[in-house]
Amino acid sequence: MKDFGYTVIKQRTIDYDQFDGRLLNEVLQMEPSFKVCLSCGGCTATCSANDLVSFNVRRMNLLLRRGETIELESEIRKCMLCGKCMLVCPRGINIRNVIMLIKKGILKYNPVKS
Amino acid sequence: MELKRNSLKHIVIIGGGIAGIETASALTDAGHWVTMIEKDAQIGGKLNNWSNLFPDFTPVDKITDYLQEKCRQKDFTILKNTEVNSVHRNKDKFSIETSDNQQLEADAIVVATGYELFDARRKEEYGYKIYDHVITSADLEQLFKSGGDLSVTAGQNPKRIAFVHCVGSRDEKTGNHYCSKVCCITGVKQAIELKKHLPEAEIFCFYMDLRMYGKHFEELYREAQEKYDIQFIRGRLSEASEKMDKSLLIKAEDTLSGRPLKMNVDLLVLLVGMEAGKGTTSAAISCNIGCEESGFLKTADSFLNSNISMLEGIFLAGSCTAPMSVNDTILHARSAALEVSSWLIKH
Amino acid sequence: MSFIWPFTIGLSFISCFLVIIVGIWISSLSHIDKSRIWHNLLTHKSLQAFHEIFMESLLHRKIFKKNPVLGYMHMSLAFGWFLLIVVGHIDACNHLHSLSVPAYKAIFFRYFVTEPSTTLSGKILAASMDLLLIFVLSGVMLAYYKRVNSRMFGMKKTTQLKIGDRIALSSLWLIFPFRFLAESVSAGIHHNGSIISQPTGNLLASLLPIHLFEMPLWWAYSGSLALFFMAMPVSRYMHIPVEVVLIFLRNYGIRVKKRISGFSRIQVYSCSRCGICLDSCQMNHVAIKDTQSVYVLKHIRNRNITDEKLFNCLLCGRCQPDCPVGLELNDLRITQRIESTKEYNSSYEYLKNGKVAVSPQTEVIYFAGCMTHLTPAIIKSMIEIFTMAGVKYWLMDEEKTACCGRPLMQVGQFEAAKKLIEHNRERILATGAKMLVVSCPICYKVFNEDYALPGIKVQHHSEYLLELMVENRLAIHKLPLRVVYHDPCELGRGSSIYHQPRLLLDEYTELVPMKNEKEGAYCCGGSLANIKIQMNERNQIRDNVLDEYLSYQPDMLATACPLCKKTFAKSNKLPVHDIAEIISMAIRQKEITAPEVSEDKEVLKMEF
Repeated sequence: MKDFGYTVIKQRTIDYDQFDGRLLNEVLQMEPSFKVCLSCGGCTATCSANDLVSFNVRRMNLLLRRGETIELESEIRKCMLCGKCMLVCPRGINIRNVIMLIKKGILKYNPVKS
Repeated sequence: MELKRNSLKHIVIIGGGIAGIETASALTDAGHWVTMIEKDAQIGGKLNNWSNLFPDFTPVDKITDYLQEKCRQKDFTILKNTEVNSVHRNKDKFSIETSDNQQLEADAIVVATGYELFDARRKEEYGYKIYDHVITSADLEQLFKSGGDLSVTAGQNPKRIAFVHCVGSRDEKTGNHYCSKVCCITGVKQAIELKKHLPEAEIFCFYMDLRMYGKHFEELYREAQEKYDIQFIRGRLSEASEKMDKSLLIKAEDTLSGRPLKMNVDLLVLLVGMEAGKGTTSAAISCNIGCEESGFLKTADSFLNSNISMLEGIFLAGSCTAPMSVNDTILHARSAALEVSSWLIKH
Repeated sequence: MSFIWPFTIGLSFISCFLVIIVGIWISSLSHIDKSRIWHNLLTHKSLQAFHEIFMESLLHRKIFKKNPVLGYMHMSLAFGWFLLIVVGHIDACNHLHSLSVPAYKAIFFRYFVTEPSTTLSGKILAASMDLLLIFVLSGVMLAYYKRVNSRMFGMKKTTQLKIGDRIALSSLWLIFPFRFLAESVSAGIHHNGSIISQPTGNLLASLLPIHLFEMPLWWAYSGSLALFFMAMPVSRYMHIPVEVVLIFLRNYGIRVKKRISGFSRIQVYSCSRCGICLDSCQMNHVAIKDTQSVYVLKHIRNRNITDEKLFNCLLCGRCQPDCPVGLELNDLRITQRIESTKEYNSSYEYLKNGKVAVSPQTEVIYFAGCMTHLTPAIIKSMIEIFTMAGVKYWLMDEEKTACCGRPLMQVGQFEAAKKLIEHNRERILATGAKMLVVSCPICYKVFNEDYALPGIKVQHHSEYLLELMVENRLAIHKLPLRVVYHDPCELGRGSSIYHQPRLLLDEYTELVPMKNEKEGAYCCGGSLANIKIQMNERNQIRDNVLDEYLSYQPDMLATACPLCKKTFAKSNKLPVHDIAEIISMAIRQKEITAPEVSEDKEVLKMEF
């Protein structure tokens, strides 16, 4: 008998109504300069950690804004806080503060520590 | 040929570039007396540095010949190698003192001092004047114009060339928060021209956004992709470094695929933006008209009075008000002339 | 007589409190620190400590240097009160012919001893007491006035006070006036006063029924003393006893470490809240007035410090030389930051995955620094100089290199920094190098202090270039440029390297000395230690500094730090170059062009 194998496909569509914005709102409130990111990617291009491991700083904004807290938590740890991204950012965003706020805030909103 | 003057009004135009000449010419045709003051030894401004204009590769000679012709007819007075030292208002006339101690009296003033290009040395991480194979769009245009040998700057048989958009614009680090408007289309145009010169080379444009705002711009962009295989990568270059053979290693992120990107290129072209020049700033100070935060001159508003400054009797023409292309400048200048004429009639 | 009870209770209370709390603090010190105390207790170090206590805690020499009036005010209160107690005891012992006298008898001497002194020594002592009291009162008057007009004292700001401070302050200010009035009134009644108290007493006697005032005034004196002692634990005046303990421990070699300990608590309590650290803080220029050292120490003491205040500091260290108690302000802040962020230190496991280049064998390692890659002119210049001097070097961080770790440490992520340090250390030691040259002062400080690199000399490139120059391995060519030198915080105050860059610049340029430099130099505002400050605030700080530099009309600003260079270059008002660039340029005898002066580009002549 042939096995048709119905696979359950995980939702790929972003369902924005399910978005939990608490961490995002806290970060934006404490660091409003983060609102003007235009995702140019200069930060990721210059990142010291990016040379050694796959770490995309620009994506942190995206993950935060789509509520992908689990991936955010494991990714954010890779940052060495060297500050090169801030020297490159054309919008003058205070990126190191964003990273520290996420690291602190995630303890509150994501109790599952891997 | 002496033109009949039917007006006794005298207008002084500060700046002898595209805007200055076009305004001078239009006002002279309208019957007024015009004096145009230019700080350099020749008129035409930055236009003298370009080779072909976007979007249709019109040779710049077409415009410069036209402007030369206007000046040759000598219908208006041209003062070269002269700068404006001070401007004073005496009731309803202006008193202008020039750098060779002439005193001019004018009923109206038109400021057409133009712009300056961003000095790419200020973006040190791109290596302009530090590494040999980094040039600006202005340098490239010079090379096209003079028919210079590209191998001097790009090495023999350059295989890969990269253009960097938004150099000096949209950048908190240089203090220029605004968009310079014309650099994106310049990049596309020069990429096509370079490909024509070097058909074997791969050409990349690193952009944050592609601002194809004008007529036929979007079509040129499509042509660049279709006919000339120009590749567009969305990602801001963070730095360039030099290898032993003088080629450059550039670092960017390919944001659309979400991964960092490294590339070895033989030539890096920086698309530098426009800035308010020293001439504009000093005109603003001597005429006492306001500047925006960007340094460009303030217009009374953006819709109905974009040729009128914050002071009555002083008008603005061309890229001293905002980054502008050649055709925009010509239109702006003609409109300035019309504003001056209407104003003079009412006063 | 029963008025002695408030004083006695107060004194007993504060004595017990101090013994207990200092005991707790000292017992919480590490083994090494405790052994430091044991070993040094009976040595000349204790004498050194006594000397320092005399010069600073009593005479306030450091404060005198800042402003004489301020120094006088603090000294009159501290030294004056000290002498009042000591001379008062001597006076009492002398008069009562006894070697020891109960405290209350000495303090309330003029109440208990109603006969005037008959001996010469007694008369002299009595007169001294009066003069000392006037001395202290003059300080109290100045202190009143300073609250109102601090500019006269060379201070632009005074500290904000909370309730515990206010009670202690008020009672302190009342102690001496009450004492003066009480002694004068008693003198008026019993004629046991001396050169000042007697005439005052007589005057009062002629105006008022002074016998009614005697007891209330002595009660008031005792009460204000008691109130002061009771309020001391919750006020800034804890610094009086704790500072003494601090000076001893510091002379024994104990320093603030990376963990909160008894010693860091001692430092926190030693802050006298004099407010002198407020004036040198550049955060004032951007209207940030609640994050300075004095306030942060207060919050740490009261255990209510917030991240917003703790992290909003450039760690430039300008406040440290001014502190009259010599507190390790930067280290205290870092220690608190370590405490605040200890729950989210990353472990950087990926450093172990072997992606980095294998270390080659080399004599000299050149570690440019993360930031330096964004100022490539510095790296290029250093490479040119290495080549010219014939040095074989390895550019360690050309790619795939971990950060030195100090930016993490500055924001308290110490455990995380240790991972980076360990990783880089292995790579460095594997080369067998004898010398590590770095271009970035932030890296330099951590390589020097926190990396254990035995057998390897760590130098900032300004030190290294000076050595090359002195060894005649670099050509000297003086450029006709007026240059001012900006001391980077981490190189200057952070690592005490002030002269080497200046000696180099003196040879290659016309170095112009400035008023605020070396230990008093400004911070550019670009510091990585402050994660809360906004870009426009950094720009403001930088602009204020630049305005002062521009007043010297320099052709160029020289600096020795890529972050400072990037920060100043943003403003485009003055060309900025690193020392390495200047030397390389000079040696290649090329003309230095200033980026801001945009010469007219080559324009093709238009003929007509």
